[in-house]
Amino acid sequence: MISKRIIPCLDVRAGKLTKGIKFEGNIDIGDPVEAAREYYEQGADEIVFYDITASSDGRDIMIDVVDRVAKTIFIPFSVGGGIRNLEDMRRVIMAGAEKVSVNSTAVTNPEIITQGAQAFGSQCIVLGMDVKKVAVTDKIPSGYEIVIHGGRKYTGIDALWWAREAEKRGAGEICLNSIDADGTQDGYELNLTAMISENVRIPVIASGGAGKPEHLAEVLTNGKADAALIASMVHYRTYSIAQIKQYLHEHEIKTRMLW
Amino acid sequence: MIAIIDYKAGNLTSVARALQSIGAAYVISDDIEKLNSADHIIFPGVGAAGDAMANLHSKELVGWMREWIKKGKPFMGICLGTQIILDYSEENDTPCIGLVSGSTKRFPDGMQSEGRLLKIPHMGWNSVQFLRKHPVFQGIPAGAEFYFVHSYYPAPSQDAVVLGITDYGIKFCSVLAEKNLVAMQFHPEKSGRPGLQILQNFCNWGGNDI
Repeated sequence: MISKRIIPCLDVRAGKLTKGIKFEGNIDIGDPVEAAREYYEQGADEIVFYDITASSDGRDIMIDVVDRVAKTIFIPFSVGGGIRNLEDMRRVIMAGAEKVSVNSTAVTNPEIITQGAQAFGSQCIVLGMDVKKVAVTDKIPSGYEIVIHGGRKYTGIDALWWAREAEKRGAGEICLNSIDADGTQDGYELNLTAMISENVRIPVIASGGAGKPEHLAEVLTNGKADAALIASMVHYRTYSIAQIKQYLHEHEIKTRMLW
Repeated sequence: MIAIIDYKAGNLTSVARALQSIGAAYVISDDIEKLNSADHIIFPGVGAAGDAMANLHSKELVGWMREWIKKGKPFMGICLGTQIILDYSEENDTPCIGLVSGSTKRFPDGMQSEGRLLKIPHMGWNSVQFLRKHPVFQGIPAGAEFYFVHSYYPAPSQDAVVLGITDYGIKFCSVLAEKNLVAMQFHPEKSGRPGLQILQNFCNWGGNDI
């Protein structure tokens, strides 16, 4: 039977690895290609890169990073951040990424999901969703709202509606990030993750809040997630991916144990 | 020399990068003369069966592939390149190449495991139960997992060609082998070390099924 995936997330700015806490005060902590190689060797099942560079020069640097990563690791990886159109998608995919993820751009222009799925196949298109808990209203019946621009701007879009809409448009996977949990290391937002995962037929990657192996165990069982994104807990070497997988294995959660 | 068949079906460069990493010489081509000069053929592919077959027909590669197989030289199918070597695919109701008899079917809706609805596509890492030994899968540890992403699966009509089985709600044929042909539903080029080992074994394989 299929394994649950453990996916380290690497934030990259101008070709350097960073990890932001609640999207503020980013600090450089290394070379993304080296980090990708290390996680590949530790047993990562996939790697997510977020390019948080704003400038177009930075984007060319990112394409070079993607190309070098693709020559170094032989597992799937996705690239998000700054993907504005089909041409951006094509460049990233041709440089060797398996998947591209769209977030804010898809909110302002949902057609990019449809077009991307038609051009490259649904399996290439990941919808990144940044979500905040809000009061339940007629407009936001799930009590979770989509936010964009790194969590600064509320969109008035219901998270559950958006997940289903993206699935209909051909997204192949959802990477679901709780802005409330992100950077806290207090655990994933289980209610949100379970609600989205149970209401779509595409895989859901839980993101935001991982601090201990127990948190991954929770989100992969009660949270119904298909995969779990991790960052600080491995970037700062508190845990290795192998340690996390060993913990999950001992708790009867199936992950890939040979690599 | 390995030739990767280029028929505008997805990103062939990931297979090329994996070959590069193991030091294998390769070309990517749709030119029959170039393909004929190769010792090994890799037939990858991502996308839909209908478009893939239309592209292969327009490049006159369907007949060429049938001839190649008769020569007894090694041939490897990957993902879509495995699905369309059967006679027929349910995807876009497509008549296919027919190197191996059988058809490609869609995963049924409503498949369950431990009370949970299984998602389609089958995307992620899963294991393969090998039914017999094969040179291309030599040295692959039992319990190794491979990266899958697909909504359709190969269903050969002869049990004898089924080399490996994978469980995703139903048990399906994830690896098939017949004479000088091996084909797998998963992506060896994205399956870490065991995947690279399979590519390496294929490069060293002369095409005998023992």
